Amino acid sequence: MAVSEATLRQLERQARVIRRHIIHMIYAAQSGHPGGSLSATDIVTALYFHFMRVDPGNPSWPARDRFILSKGHACPVWYAALAERGFFPTEELLTLRQINGRLQGHPDMEKTPGVDISTGSLGQGLSAGVGMALGLKLDRSDARVYVMLGDGELNEGQVWEAALAAAKYRLDNLLAIVDYNNLQLDGRCSDVMPIEPLADKWRAFNWAVFEMDGHSMRQIVETIEATHAVAGQPSVIIAHTVKGKGVSFMEDQCDWHGRAPDDAEYARAMAELAAPD
Amino acid sequence: MQPGEMIPTRHAYGEELVALGGDLPNLVVLEADISKSTQTYRFARAFPERFFQMGVAEANMMLVAAGLATTGKIPFVSTYAVFGTMRACEQVRTFIAHTHLNVKIACSHGGVTPGNDGVTHQATEDLGIMRTIPGMTVIMPADYHATRRLVRAAAYYSGPVYLRFTRDPVPVIYTDADEFVIGKGKVVQAGEDVSLVAIGDFVAVALEARTLLAQRGLSAEVLDIHTLKPLDRDLIVASARKTRRVVTLEDHQIQGGLGSAVAEVLGEECPTPMRRIGLRDTFAESGEYRLLLRKYGMDAEATVAAVMELMK
Repeated sequence: MAVSEATLRQLERQARVIRRHIIHMIYAAQSGHPGGSLSATDIVTALYFHFMRVDPGNPSWPARDRFILSKGHACPVWYAALAERGFFPTEELLTLRQINGRLQGHPDMEKTPGVDISTGSLGQGLSAGVGMALGLKLDRSDARVYVMLGDGELNEGQVWEAALAAAKYRLDNLLAIVDYNNLQLDGRCSDVMPIEPLADKWRAFNWAVFEMDGHSMRQIVETIEATHAVAGQPSVIIAHTVKGKGVSFMEDQCDWHGRAPDDAEYARAMAELAAPD
Repeated sequence: MQPGEMIPTRHAYGEELVALGGDLPNLVVLEADISKSTQTYRFARAFPERFFQMGVAEANMMLVAAGLATTGKIPFVSTYAVFGTMRACEQVRTFIAHTHLNVKIACSHGGVTPGNDGVTHQATEDLGIMRTIPGMTVIMPADYHATRRLVRAAAYYSGPVYLRFTRDPVPVIYTDADEFVIGKGKVVQAGEDVSLVAIGDFVAVALEARTLLAQRGLSAEVLDIHTLKPLDRDLIVASARKTRRVVTLEDHQIQGGLGSAVAEVLGEECPTPMRRIGLRDTFAESGEYRLLLRKYGMDAEATVAAVMELMK
């Protein structure tokens, strides 16, 4: 089903709102991870505002689709999407990382409405996604499981244990999306621990492999839609992204993996993210 | 199973899983390629659609179990204790305990019961590790009947549980009429002169020591603390108040496990002279189970010697 231009423009506007929340909440907390949040924003927006079947009024609705942010440090993007989708008030975003708050430094399923599994220790989310996908299949549910992986966390051996298991059980209700911004905490992925050829690796593990520009809303929507047609095996999308996308001085900068903007940087970032229309 | 018969508690686990599979349609079992050892093959045969063979990948298996639990399943995850609690320790801590997910980590080969396999397969720190994790229930049944009852209790309890079984046969000491409640220890034999506070396969060692002590005119009380956490503080303190001497017995390092837990309670509530039977900050080695107990000072004779020290 072809997606309309109007839908794409609406999703792009929504992504810009989410980017503003990300900068605002990390600035307010003076702590958090902007780089990987911004690189994942367009994809998370498409999932929550176009694809996922969720009920903000009933976060544990059994028939819901599941999202797992395996790269849990990027939770500002998730919290912003959940708030915009109506799981909790957007004002609460300013409690990020604060004591007695519901928005922990890394996602906590017992605290935040809409978070289906805690993450933040890397390399865990795909395994949890395999478990959810198996459980949903046992229940004959048609719900889907979406897992967003970082590129750096692909260093973890457990990701590949999970990849074997997902293929064994032919989990076509499971989609992994790799946020491939090619930067991890200590530098370029290609320097820290080379992961290429990445598509070949997933193919060798018997996954259906797709690639896309993770900032083109059209490609995001069309590629995710294409994965839904795959039967009998799990799918992965390698999303080529830019760390810090949308804020010029944060783009492709390792330094912005996990630091908060100061007053001047905040003002500059918000000006760049101001709505053009 | 009659008192005195020898059977590994992992066998009772395998049998009880099959019984539970019929009662609980949401119960699922995950296994790491040792189903003959852990005895989950019985469940696999009875309920193939609810049995997940995850291969030799314990870390992944724990998170798959966590994911299954979020969909309302009751996963029993089985491997050897050393892998379930140490290879996958952080997975258990952060994604099963912190999340309070309803996952049962049911492990065979506790303590030095996998004698001949040697140190790689002997879990002798696992009880201490699991006991330190907030919200984790920690159980080691003493025999066949206790295992059947406590596995069932764990399945109906909501929340994470660590269960530890023996590889080698241990004597049956209970009957199928005995009842077990998580968190409530049992007075197996009453006595006056010393409390032998034991867990798992070492309840049988304590009973053996009690017989030897009786020959010396001493009356030992034997407690079965099948639930290391939450600990039955009242039972332990009441026994210590009565006998004024305590020896703990566990197939584990003497630090971190039952000995430490009992010392903590008594230190706070009823300071009592104590001795601890277990591995003394050392690894064991390959060897027959009973011979290992003797060599490492963990058998009934060593227990009697510890009691005699306390009697001085």
